[in-house]
Amino acid sequence: MSAPQTLAQKLVARAAGRTQVMPGDIVTCQVDLAMMHDSGGPRRVQPLLAQLGAQVWNPDKVVVVTDHYVPAYDDSSRAIVQIARDWVRQAGVTRFHDGEGICHVIVPQKGYLRPGMFAVGGDSHSPTGGAFGAYMFGVGATEMLGVLVTGEIWLKVPHTIRMVWNGRLTSGVSAKDMMLFLCRSFGMDGGQYQAIEYAGSAVQALPMQERMTLSNMTAELGAQAGLVAPDQVTADWLAAAGVSDVDLASWHTDAGAPLLAEHNFDAGALQPQVAEPDSPANGRDVADLGHVALNLAYIGACTGAKLEDLRMAAQVLRGRQVARGVRLLVAPASAQDQARAEQEGVLGALVDAGAELLPNSCGACAGYGAHVFGDDVVAISTTARNFKGRMGSAASQVYLASPWTVAASAVAGRVADPREFLA
Amino acid sequence: MTMTSIPVTLSPTGRAWMFGDDVNTDVLAPGAYMKFGIAEIAKHCLESVAPDFARMAQPGDVVFAGRNFGAGSSREQAAEVLRHLGIACVVAVSFSGIYYRNGFNLGLPLLVCPQATSVAAGAQVACDLDGARIHDFGSGRTLQCEPVPAHLVALVRDGGLVPHLQKRLDAARRDAGSKATPLAFSGNAP
Repeated sequence: MSAPQTLAQKLVARAAGRTQVMPGDIVTCQVDLAMMHDSGGPRRVQPLLAQLGAQVWNPDKVVVVTDHYVPAYDDSSRAIVQIARDWVRQAGVTRFHDGEGICHVIVPQKGYLRPGMFAVGGDSHSPTGGAFGAYMFGVGATEMLGVLVTGEIWLKVPHTIRMVWNGRLTSGVSAKDMMLFLCRSFGMDGGQYQAIEYAGSAVQALPMQERMTLSNMTAELGAQAGLVAPDQVTADWLAAAGVSDVDLASWHTDAGAPLLAEHNFDAGALQPQVAEPDSPANGRDVADLGHVALNLAYIGACTGAKLEDLRMAAQVLRGRQVARGVRLLVAPASAQDQARAEQEGVLGALVDAGAELLPNSCGACAGYGAHVFGDDVVAISTTARNFKGRMGSAASQVYLASPWTVAASAVAGRVADPREFLA
Repeated sequence: MTMTSIPVTLSPTGRAWMFGDDVNTDVLAPGAYMKFGIAEIAKHCLESVAPDFARMAQPGDVVFAGRNFGAGSSREQAAEVLRHLGIACVVAVSFSGIYYRNGFNLGLPLLVCPQATSVAAGAQVACDLDGARIHDFGSGRTLQCEPVPAHLVALVRDGGLVPHLQKRLDAARRDAGSKATPLAFSGNAP
């Protein structure tokens, strides 16, 4: 009988080929999946691989997604995207998704992730994969090069911080509000580059894409990984994505496993949260910011434009109009999510309310593309980060909130409580 | 961990640049310039919080900051720009995890120091990575930092991960035919 272990310990131990690992150990892990996008991927690693005269250790374990510079908008961005297209062919990478959506949404959608896997992504929001009970974290391009050459990566075995949400969220309150509340409570380094595990009845009640929002914004909490133990919700979602052999039994934290901390929250008492400029940690209850007038509402990104996010926005916007003087921009996170939203009438509700549709890419969230914010913009956004100048001009102001709150605010022309629209 | 007994006989390598908490990757490497090469990104490094920095920083200068330096994106240009500008070392109360890995991978030494913000801006300073300490010639103090894991010291001594990989690949190629050498970074792992 071995000592009780956390989910994070079990995932790392498997990848390190050990029966058990202890927090603080430095181990070498075998990588099951390496995901890159056009910005930090081929354009950075291709010249270095050539310089080293090295090959990709296993092209079948590599996924490349173009999402930052698509659609290309000038000669530089066209060249960057072309490098990705040429490189995957040359390297023998067949899991290539070009302009189909944002990498963190594409990877699970295509059935590439399953519980128990150990994965790295060349993007800071790579902890999104943790929603599926996989250990996934972000690395820079040079570190990705190391993975591509060796198939391995070193890791300091993380401690686990458990965030237990008891009860149930109320209508108009979402995973995004949970994360803005955690950033507000613990700060952007509250995760201490350890593993966070989200648990409790309110987390178990969340659909898969809401769990992805929790894991996604683990990046803003400064943890390495953001895990949710897989359950039937996970298995059902993955089955729809074509993944059948899902192991639910192994991947959970044992009773009595060593935790760095466990924090308990009452989900039913959580108010919609809005983060003021210029940090995701500047959260306030929505009621405190009703005086803030807006001229732009942005629904986009892996954090805030998945099908579930679009559904939330549509619940508020159906039969309503965006306020005069406010632009509502919607960039669905993937083509598949957009197509489903269209079938469900969700997309129609957004467009009828006055939304302008943007491509399925990172866009202004990453400060890229044609729709970055000008000096006079005061925006509310479903994205993850509102650092000064991130989404465009350093003079622009960006508030962060859930899709429900962003949609309500677009209608009101000021920061608004979505519960007033959902009654 | 062996204690280094080398006294601070170093000469100052440069001046101290002081920053606060949560200096993020978007201010280090702004998104609007990410499509360009490192020389262009470097011109705009930290411009939204310290407009003079990119123009005035000299090789050998040291960046000091508070908590969570390098928060945000995984874009390693945020570490590469500082090396490009010749920054000898970043000393912070804490670093974001991805940035910490990126720094060493790009050959930029990073030191974690609880007193990182106690140095006066512009002070003459020197870093001692082996001893994990900083000497502040302004105040005459030596600031002890957290020791750097041995495999990361080795990495940064090689000049970063690319030259480190080159070394390992060369060794593997030399050994090819006799006995396969696994290309792991685990030389210092238990």
